[in-house]
Amino acid sequence: MNDGQKLDSGITVLIWLVSIALVVLPLSMLWDVVREGLPHLSFNFIVDQPLDAGRSGGVGSLLISTFWILGVCLLTTIPIGLGCALYLSEFVIPHSQSEKLLGFSLDVLAGVPSIVFGLFGYAVFAIQLGLGFSILSGGLSLACMVLPLFIRTAEQALRTCPKGYRQAAIALNISHAGFISRILLPSASGGIAVAMIISIGRALAETAVLIFTAGYVTRMPGSVMDSGRSLSVHIYDLSMNVPGGQSNAAATALILVMMIVLINVLARYLSRRWQHVE
Amino acid sequence: MRTNIWLTRGLRTAAWLSASILLFILLFLIQESSPLIGEIGLGPFFQADGWYPQEGAFQLTPMLLGSLFVAGGAVLLATPLGIIAALFGQFYAPPALARLYRGLMELLAGVPSVVFGFWGLVVLVPWINRLAPPGASLLAGALVLALMILPLVALTADAALAAVPQQYLRGAAAMGLSRWGTIQRITLPVAMPGILSGVVLQTGRALGETMAVLMVCGNVVQIPSSWFEPVRTLTANIALEMSYAVDQHRTALFISGLLLLLLTITLVAVASHFRRMQHE
Amino acid sequence: MKAFMNVLKRKQPMNSELTTAFQIETGSSTEAFAKKEQSLEDKSRQKPLSAPGLTLKKVNVRYGDTNAIEGACLDIPSGSITALVGPSGCGKSSLLASISRMTDLTPQCQVSGEIFLGKDNILAKGTDLNRLRRRVGMVFQSPNPFPMSIEENIRFPLRDHGMRDESVIRKTIKNVLGDVGLWDEVKDRLGQSALALSGGQQQRLCIARCLALDPEVLLFDEPCSALDPLSSAKVETLIKGLKSRYTVLLVTHNLAQARRIADHVAVCWVQAGCGCIIESGDTRSIFERPVHPITQAFCQGLQG
Ligand SMILES: Nc1ncnc2c1ncn2[C@@H]1O[C@H](COP(=O)(O)OP(=O)(O)OP(=O)(O)O)[C@@H](O)[C@H]1O
Ligand SMILES: [Mg+2]
Repeated sequence: MNDGQKLDSGITVLIWLVSIALVVLPLSMLWDVVREGLPHLSFNFIVDQPLDAGRSGGVGSLLISTFWILGVCLLTTIPIGLGCALYLSEFVIPHSQSEKLLGFSLDVLAGVPSIVFGLFGYAVFAIQLGLGFSILSGGLSLACMVLPLFIRTAEQALRTCPKGYRQAAIALNISHAGFISRILLPSASGGIAVAMIISIGRALAETAVLIFTAGYVTRMPGSVMDSGRSLSVHIYDLSMNVPGGQSNAAATALILVMMIVLINVLARYLSRRWQHVE
Repeated sequence: MRTNIWLTRGLRTAAWLSASILLFILLFLIQESSPLIGEIGLGPFFQADGWYPQEGAFQLTPMLLGSLFVAGGAVLLATPLGIIAALFGQFYAPPALARLYRGLMELLAGVPSVVFGFWGLVVLVPWINRLAPPGASLLAGALVLALMILPLVALTADAALAAVPQQYLRGAAAMGLSRWGTIQRITLPVAMPGILSGVVLQTGRALGETMAVLMVCGNVVQIPSSWFEPVRTLTANIALEMSYAVDQHRTALFISGLLLLLLTITLVAVASHFRRMQHE
Repeated sequence: MKAFMNVLKRKQPMNSELTTAFQIETGSSTEAFAKKEQSLEDKSRQKPLSAPGLTLKKVNVRYGDTNAIEGACLDIPSGSITALVGPSGCGKSSLLASISRMTDLTPQCQVSGEIFLGKDNILAKGTDLNRLRRRVGMVFQSPNPFPMSIEENIRFPLRDHGMRDESVIRKTIKNVLGDVGLWDEVKDRLGQSALALSGGQQQRLCIARCLALDPEVLLFDEPCSALDPLSSAKVETLIKGLKSRYTVLLVTHNLAQARRIADHVAVCWVQAGCGCIIESGDTRSIFERPVHPITQAFCQGLQG
């Protein structure tokens, strides 16, 4: 064996070892969450209201708040985002100034720190527009954050529309609106669903945006104008501000991680199935 | 296709509305920050003695340095490891294992930062505490952040490696280069702009991360003299003080938000520059 | 079989001069269609030959710096089939696409010269593309039915063009499916996905979809090259049956096919790096007494 071969096999061993170590650490992290959280997890924990600042009781109202925030976020993101994605894939002239400007703005927006969205949402939605600390403020701020992610993923899905459909539609002089509603959107629906699911995952994981917009209140929300605490904010608050809240924080974290895993699996399944249909 | 002016207008509005959110945020941060900047100029934010917002001392330097150290440490740690993970997925792991590995990375990329923070707080900080108290420190922040951005660095590097044209690799095989020789001399140099683009984007993410660092860094306003000392980042500072800040203090927080946004814009511009290089 | 009898019955003596004189001048597309709606219902079954012919004068098609077609001159009389033959890459598809201005969709593609559809120069600046594409139907090499049911593939374009009367739509669906000989094959499963049809059936559905909009000119770009011989023969017969009512231009690689069904043939060739039409005339003279030496070689070489 010469030096080159020795080096080559040495590096192979190194890469295997490091790569395995790299998954062991995060997996042990997830294992810690499961170990800490699982004993506290029960059906009652999922449906009960939090008591004693979250030290006891469950997360029922927080789950509801989380879903409401998510609902507001999606109801805003999907129409605007789909419109933008359609504009990018169908209307804007490739390589034009406006395409570059739109693209750059979306790329930057995707990189803006979430705390900045929090600041913006707090000052604009909560204070200036008078929505206060509410599910509405939180959902709208969150929508600003997930919008670029949704747009880019949906745009990619729209761009996979087979060329033949477009050719036929043009040759038949179909209206653009008809083409979009009857051919383009149905044929990209799987990819758009994936975009939606990925956006939900991102929105569920977000905390910093919601602290100053949706607020901390643990009560069951009565309307979108009520403040509502999301699961992620609950984990933060329990582990940082509530002595003795760690075990319930772990249980909440476990619920959140399970939701994320579920979403991940669903997105994979859908996108695989969608590609098979193609 | 027959166009409908209302359809076009509607979609164009949606597109520019989405893109203008960035402009709104920028303008709004500038508007909120300008009174204080107009009053005392930019100097005090970097020269004054410390962060005592009640007394009108708004030195952001310790927080800025805190952010840079934590993010820098995380990126320095995550970049080589992420590249190794990507090389493993692309060249070393058998295909089935590579698929599993990639799937796991994708899953980890979606784990909420507050969960990373929680784990850091409960497991990592006590562990560092045994090594060198207090535990909540620059090191803890850098480690948790590294763990957080690693899957994303790995995934972008993986995509950049996958985009290297096959004929380069065949050429290398024809020359009789070993696997590592090929990677070192051909694959990595060709993929480097794409990898760097991903690294720069993740730097932005590390700089902007709030929850994880807030939970593990200790949040003491100081310029750290070692990795084991607590620090406070710009983002953590906003999260901690926003709820009670008023007047100039509040404005100072918006200024740190503006600073973060400008850093982000720069980083995205650099990343897209690298991406263009990759395509050429 | 019944469908083909219908087509035969409708065969009218052709008269190209009369054709060019007979023009439908209409305003906006929907309005025009509403007028046509009536005629489709009763008259089109015995529609007299109303298609105008096509005249190409010095047509150039350019992609950036490369010339796909240069100086193409061609007369395409109405009520007959003109075949465009030639080797791969000589610009046949580009020429065909320029007739329905599909070339406008390729940003770097420029078309110059004149193409007359009847009296209108369709390359002129103010051409109403919507009207043009309604007058000119196009069928592509690979069948591209929409991902919807068989019936919906025809109903959707009709409704999109402003036709609302469901009974007329039903009648049209039945008629055009009959015209392409598909009615008997699919009449019991009109609600099934069009993508489940065989390739040949899909291609005939695409032709039916095209006919439903009542065009004057039909452009076929190698309509049979993705099909098996049996389906190919069916489509061929179908195209042959259509010529009495439409002006048909057919691009094909298959010289035997051109000989079987075309009345006129134009031969395309690459000369000095760009495509051009080196010879055209009626089918017999091109195949039996070609003038150009390349035509001789091409027609005879591939024939044997
Ligand atoms: N979108 C395009 N951009 C650039 N060049 C093109 C484009 N489409 C066609 N060409 C060029 O124009 C020339 C003619 O192409 P065209 O497709 O019209 O040939 P064709 O005769 O239809 O060939 P085939 O028989 O293989 O279909 C070719 O040299 C081709 O490279
Ligand atoms: Mg062609």
